[in-house]
Amino acid sequence: MVEFNLPANSKVMRGKLFKALEGAKDIKRFKVYRFDPDSGENPRLDTYEIDLATCGPMVLDAMLKIKNEIDSTFTFRRSCREGVCGSCAFNIDGTNTLACTKPIKDIRGDVKIYPLPHMPVIKDLVPDLSVPYAQYASIEPWLKSDTPAPTGERLQSPEERKQLDGMWECILCFCCQTSCPSYWWNGDRYLGPAILLQAYRWIADSRDEAKGERLDNVDDPFRLYRCHTIMNCTNTCPKHLNPGKAIAEIKQLLLKRR
Amino acid sequence: MRDNTRPLSPHLQVYRPQITSILSILHRMTGVTLALAALLLTYWLASAAYGPEAFGRAQVLLESWFGRLVLFGFTFSLFYHMCNGIRHLGWDMLWGFDMPRLRITGAIVVITSLSLTVLSWLMAYGHVGKL
Repeated sequence: MVEFNLPANSKVMRGKLFKALEGAKDIKRFKVYRFDPDSGENPRLDTYEIDLATCGPMVLDAMLKIKNEIDSTFTFRRSCREGVCGSCAFNIDGTNTLACTKPIKDIRGDVKIYPLPHMPVIKDLVPDLSVPYAQYASIEPWLKSDTPAPTGERLQSPEERKQLDGMWECILCFCCQTSCPSYWWNGDRYLGPAILLQAYRWIADSRDEAKGERLDNVDDPFRLYRCHTIMNCTNTCPKHLNPGKAIAEIKQLLLKRR
Repeated sequence: MRDNTRPLSPHLQVYRPQITSILSILHRMTGVTLALAALLLTYWLASAAYGPEAFGRAQVLLESWFGRLVLFGFTFSLFYHMCNGIRHLGWDMLWGFDMPRLRITGAIVVITSLSLTVLSWLMAYGHVGKL
């Protein structure tokens, strides 16, 4: 449902300021969303002054510096630090992206870091992703085939393989999913851009034999058609993929089989 | 499912307005506006059918500065909704989904709908002037 304001327990309070050490030359302020589930308090926005002269180039470098040198309780997901694992997705400087591939110098003014938008927060920058994961499971993201397995590989022509380009690269970081206002308001029933991109990845796979069943599964006013081509998804994807177009492809396939 | 003890992360409060979302919400708003405009159009036609006095009252209302402002808004809504509707038709045919095209077509829609709005009012005033 459309709810523009945050619930009372979610309002972000003013937090603490952690000043840089004396003699710091190139200070950048990082304003970071913090929430401690054990405190019983509302989330707050803490400010950390970081000396860029002693910090790596990416936003994730600054976050690790905060965790290592200022506050070890600072909690966030990260793993590969090179944009292939999809763990460090946050709302940075007003849009969703990966902290590990976002250069600090691309951001003018203070660097604001929030969790992925409109999700339940477990702690600090860690959102509960159970709903999108369950939605991902609902599209059955594996190869389905009735014909007996061949002795070798299931072959594809280069053209058939090309159909999957722009989709297999998705790392399920959910930047697009949580950038979509439709998903904010109807996330319990609308599958969202990330899941629909994956749905189309299997629909478009020449080796898959469950295309009709897959189309039936998404042919629903909420699961698919809450997409109004807002296109925040494609605009924010850190891997430069196009979930909005994948959704349009599904809509067109449904129209064609009428 | 949602656990109510967990806070909801900020969304509209922190998400920077995007060219994509701004043009999309504008499409929705102009659509709603056009529904209201249809009501006003109905009132205007009905008043004409009702008689000279009722029509005169409607004309006074619509010709006031406020009436003109509302009509100007309706004109823009019509042209914006039409131009962006064409953009939607392109998407329905799988055209124009890459970000450079999205930005360019978005800009074209805004500039075209503003120009058409101003142009029709200039033509309208030119026409009224001749009478």
